[in-house]
Amino acid sequence: MKVLRFILQKEFRQIFRDKTILAMMFFVPTIQLIILPLAANFEVKSVNIVYVDHDHSSYSEKLINKIGSSGYFHIVGAPASYLEGMKFIETGDADLILEIPSGFERNLVREGSQKVNIAADAINGTKSNIGNAYLNVVLADFSNDLDIRFKLPPQSASVSPSLITLNSTNWYNPRAEYKYYMVPGILVLLLTLIGGFITALNIVKEKEIGTIEQINVTPIQKWQFILGKLIPFWIVGMIVFTVGLIVIYLIYGIFPQGSFLVLYLFAGVYLTALLGLGLLISTFADTQLQAMFIAFFFMMIFMLMSGFFTSTDSMPNWARTISEFTPVTHFIKVVRLIVLKGSGLQEVGRELLYLIIFAVVLNSLAIYNYRKTS
Amino acid sequence: MKRLLAFIQKEFYHVFRDRRTLLILFGLPVAQIVLFGFALSSEVKNIGIAIQDNSHDIHTEKMIQKIQSSSYFHVENPILNYNDIENRFKDGSIKCAVIFPSNFGSDIQRLGGAKIQVIADASDPNTATIVTNYLNAIIRDYQQELNPSAKLNYQIIPELRQLYNEQQNGSLNFIPGVIALIFMIVSTALTSVSVVREKELGTMEILLVSPFKPIMVLIAKAIPFLVLSIINFIIIIFLSVYLLDVEIKGSFLLLFAESILFIITCLSLGLLISNVTNSQQTAMLISMMGMMVPTLILTGFMFPIENMPWIFQAISHVIPSHYYYIIVKAVMLKGLGFSYIWKETLILAVMTVLLLTISLKKFKIRLS
Repeated sequence: MKVLRFILQKEFRQIFRDKTILAMMFFVPTIQLIILPLAANFEVKSVNIVYVDHDHSSYSEKLINKIGSSGYFHIVGAPASYLEGMKFIETGDADLILEIPSGFERNLVREGSQKVNIAADAINGTKSNIGNAYLNVVLADFSNDLDIRFKLPPQSASVSPSLITLNSTNWYNPRAEYKYYMVPGILVLLLTLIGGFITALNIVKEKEIGTIEQINVTPIQKWQFILGKLIPFWIVGMIVFTVGLIVIYLIYGIFPQGSFLVLYLFAGVYLTALLGLGLLISTFADTQLQAMFIAFFFMMIFMLMSGFFTSTDSMPNWARTISEFTPVTHFIKVVRLIVLKGSGLQEVGRELLYLIIFAVVLNSLAIYNYRKTS
Repeated sequence: MKRLLAFIQKEFYHVFRDRRTLLILFGLPVAQIVLFGFALSSEVKNIGIAIQDNSHDIHTEKMIQKIQSSSYFHVENPILNYNDIENRFKDGSIKCAVIFPSNFGSDIQRLGGAKIQVIADASDPNTATIVTNYLNAIIRDYQQELNPSAKLNYQIIPELRQLYNEQQNGSLNFIPGVIALIFMIVSTALTSVSVVREKELGTMEILLVSPFKPIMVLIAKAIPFLVLSIINFIIIIFLSVYLLDVEIKGSFLLLFAESILFIITCLSLGLLISNVTNSQQTAMLISMMGMMVPTLILTGFMFPIENMPWIFQAISHVIPSHYYYIIVKAVMLKGLGFSYIWKETLILAVMTVLLLTISLKKFKIRLS
């Protein structure tokens, strides 16, 4: 026990001596947590549209006015031809082109139906789908208006009210604000970055400088050494997590709905797992650069596959399996559940089990592998 | 010139001697592009949904069937009661609950209208909105089937053309973004440790007393990484085309030239970081931790930049990967020529010159 205390003392001194690292650990995450949620927003608020009006009639004008005032669209231009319209798409200034053919008004009045052409920049699938859906709504509305205004014989009255209405209620986040979803996720991500990167660099640094040789010749047990590396960063991580919770309360007004005890239990186990991974990377790498790249590799996978950005449900099965094998997936899920919905231990107990398995396996591997390389 | 060549040779030896780093360097982007190319998509599928049918009539059964057969939803066990909904939201197994009231079918027949209750878990607003939209579409569809005679007197029929992405490939948007991200991080991080390592190991002193001009030192440091990054680029493009089926619609040469420019921009940024830091650890933390998340979010492939507060739009304008993303999208996916991207190219070029100049200045300060 005494040996462990000495190692801890040494590690703490090292951490607090290096002011830059200390700042990186506390300020960078805090600042990112404050500002990033403002930027992370999937919501498509307005779709840029250009229209090509070949008809120049009062109907086409009305339709365009309706599009402009619908609140969904931002009209960025009125090119004379489709080809000119394409220029807007090519430069990325517009997402949609609406082409109103000549004879639009005449055909609509005489025959009751008329086609219009829509071209959408489909590289960003979400945006083009939403834009198209909005435009369809406006077009349907427009023809409905015509119906009511010009052909209102009694029999058509039975057409308009819908048979089935959908009453939708939003739980947990009635105004559907994106920040509530993003902020807890970003907190997890930042904790992951700190835990993963800093420990990954730690042992390697001693290898590169050569101080690890000195430790290896002392009668310290391997597990004591690993524990000595683990505990200080674990404490730092828990402090960062706490600071993060305070920040999201002060800035975003998000207060965990669930129990703090459960939240901290998860955070503690998660950090242990993550630091184990960092230490494991550290025992593999020869240089800090290697350690950094391996850590980067895992962090990228963690970030992009954890369900932080895109839902894991919509991934192909094999990708979902990979996603299940990253501790971040479970922790992000749990933090969102606890913070936003107030889930308790009985609902998320299984996730805790996963994280405990990760923690045990990763740390055992780190101890085992460290023994081998020394 | 000869001396410079010898120096570059020395740097090459340095880089290529470290086999493990090389392995990681080439292995990572490959794994990442494959993984993300296949796994990432903005589509929403298989959303967990639970239904409570209190009516059990022909209408509800047909509608439930429609919901079940849609790829958007994954229908879980029926809801037992109100508490059940909350419990299942809380363990995250469902995102949405649909309740048909007990006299749903008879209401349609007798009153000519009935209501469905939909409860969405809006802690994830994106999914909640999409779920509600999908359900609406399914119900509208069913209504049309019920009452086909209720056609509108006036009808505007939209004909949609999906430009650049006829197959509705969900990962198309992500590929240029991931390419930009990988270069940005890998190239910057690689060079960011180059100079600072010499400082840390003490070999810097030797460089400083050698007859090389600072610019030569920087060039010699950057060239091996440039070569590495170009090899990386070729591998990534190869994978995108042959594995992910992304067709290069524009000129490959243009794409190649623009990529080299972007790589040089990143290398310059790395050199700058290397010159202003004092330890490898700090340099890497800045280039990885400090830049990874902002780059990811502000490049534009994840979140639409035009929705962000002005300050982020402003910041995104100083992030090189933002421009490279636009360039790759234009050349690779849209097949556009140089005349469409000269502005972005110019900005990257100016950034490069600026970064190099500042690096050089900082480097000189350390000389004196």
